[in-house]
Amino acid sequence: MLEVEICDIKMKNPTVLAAGVLGSTAASLNWAARSGAGAVVTKSFGMEPNKGYPNPTTVEVEGGIINAIGLSNPGVENFRKELEKLEGKVPQIASIYGSTPEEFAHIASRVENMVDALELNISCPHAMEGCGASIGQNPDLTTQVVKAVKKSVKSPVIVKLTPNVTDIVEIAQAAEDGGADALTLINSLGPGMRIDLETARPVLSNRFGGMSGPAIKPVALHCVYQVHQRVNLPIMGVGGIMNGNDVVEFLYAGASCVQIGTAVMYRGMEVFSRINSSLQKFMTDKGYQTVEEMVGLAHE
Amino acid sequence: MNFPQVIKINRIIEETPTVKTFIFPWEVTDETPGQFLMLWNFADEKPMSISIIDPVNDEIGVSVKMVGTFTKSLHKLQENDKLGLRGPYGNGFEIAGSRVLAVGGGIGMAPISAFTEEASRRGVEVDVVTAATTKGEILFQERLEITGANVLPTTDDGSHGFCGFATELAEKLIKNEDYDMMVVCGPEIMMKKLFAISNRYQLPGQFSLERYMKCALGICGQCCVDDVGWRICVEGPVLWTDQLKMVTEFGNYRRDSSGIKKTF
Repeated sequence: MLEVEICDIKMKNPTVLAAGVLGSTAASLNWAARSGAGAVVTKSFGMEPNKGYPNPTTVEVEGGIINAIGLSNPGVENFRKELEKLEGKVPQIASIYGSTPEEFAHIASRVENMVDALELNISCPHAMEGCGASIGQNPDLTTQVVKAVKKSVKSPVIVKLTPNVTDIVEIAQAAEDGGADALTLINSLGPGMRIDLETARPVLSNRFGGMSGPAIKPVALHCVYQVHQRVNLPIMGVGGIMNGNDVVEFLYAGASCVQIGTAVMYRGMEVFSRINSSLQKFMTDKGYQTVEEMVGLAHE
Repeated sequence: MNFPQVIKINRIIEETPTVKTFIFPWEVTDETPGQFLMLWNFADEKPMSISIIDPVNDEIGVSVKMVGTFTKSLHKLQENDKLGLRGPYGNGFEIAGSRVLAVGGGIGMAPISAFTEEASRRGVEVDVVTAATTKGEILFQERLEITGANVLPTTDDGSHGFCGFATELAEKLIKNEDYDMMVVCGPEIMMKKLFAISNRYQLPGQFSLERYMKCALGICGQCCVDDVGWRICVEGPVLWTDQLKMVTEFGNYRRDSSGIKKTF
């Protein structure tokens, strides 16, 4: 009942562990898979090892968290060793980042045989110069990066977009022009920040970071809704999904499946199986036979 | 809310030439020994085990060994200076059984001392091995003697108490005494040996692990351990022996801030 298919990737349910949430090691990805996720996305990795920013890297706010981890990762060659240890119980998606189309293409080609799909992170709101959202806020660069990756690999290419643009549809179309197979909407929102009252200092060492959690759900939903209307690509919806009802909203808005991130902090790794059982109950009550039937209903 | 509270330091105790305990006013509710706080010095933030939980005077304390830039900056602080604290985080020690062996190596004595005080208050008989390289670095001996615990200092150089490693003394005690459980915190190499001893003598134990932490909220994944994937900041830092059996990296390697494996 919960099975979905996106870019020919078959998933037993529509909940996917989002990039950047655990996922730095095979062990944590395998754990998410065993805990009921329909697919898993790795934490983003790039060419070289990267320590990320000093702590504090995360701070809680009303309705979520702000993080500026700074894309810490051991680099593609070390990460390949992690990918070798993936159990493959569910589809595996590698999230990659780079600062040029060539870098993206190189990393993608180093790992494409080890995963089922690639997700291009051109949307991190606190990445170092030239990476993340600085690419995804520019339609031309977006097209170039997607094109370069598509040229170098056969795997499906999913592009994760930032909501921090004037018109997300324009960027989604740019990704489509580059040959993207699917889109992930949205990366964390912002940047945002918090300042300590006692010391008048920003709490995060990077001063600002990306906001995630329930508070960004309405923005994410709107992005999914708008893009579904104007772009003919399947969408993985992400942003503040906490329970089965949230998933339904994203499906209605036009997402074919969803990614779950910050909810792992609130509800533990059990969040996947809990959301799935609540989604299944909703579908039974409403008489839906498949998840697909629900996709885009808010547009009718 | 997981936001640092900036608090004035009530008192600072110079425990040894390299260890200071910082005590903060704190409304003690359900803090448990073995849990940790994130300490923010306005330039960096690191996890520190709670070493004092005082519900009577509403105070909480952390003991800090000077090992690097961050801890050096903490050691320069004076009473009434401020630090940011958030937490407590993680699973602490469970107090179980009526006779317990507690072993702390070096600064690993911080959570062990909080445990010993709480367990003693609850009428549990505790033999506590406080291990250090030399006499001047022995931690919390007098403080723990007041609780009624049987304190057994041990030094590598034999300058105080038992001469040798904590592991040797612990094995002797386990052979001769009748314990229900052991609790351990210290260098991982020491814990690995004690883990083997706890298996050999079939004595259940709880071990407090240390891993590189960023968010401490269970979301960044930095402290996940192989092969189970558990987050040391949430599912740990204290793990029972039967859980620890599944942590294949225990005693072998850990990951640095970029996630690269470093062997012990």
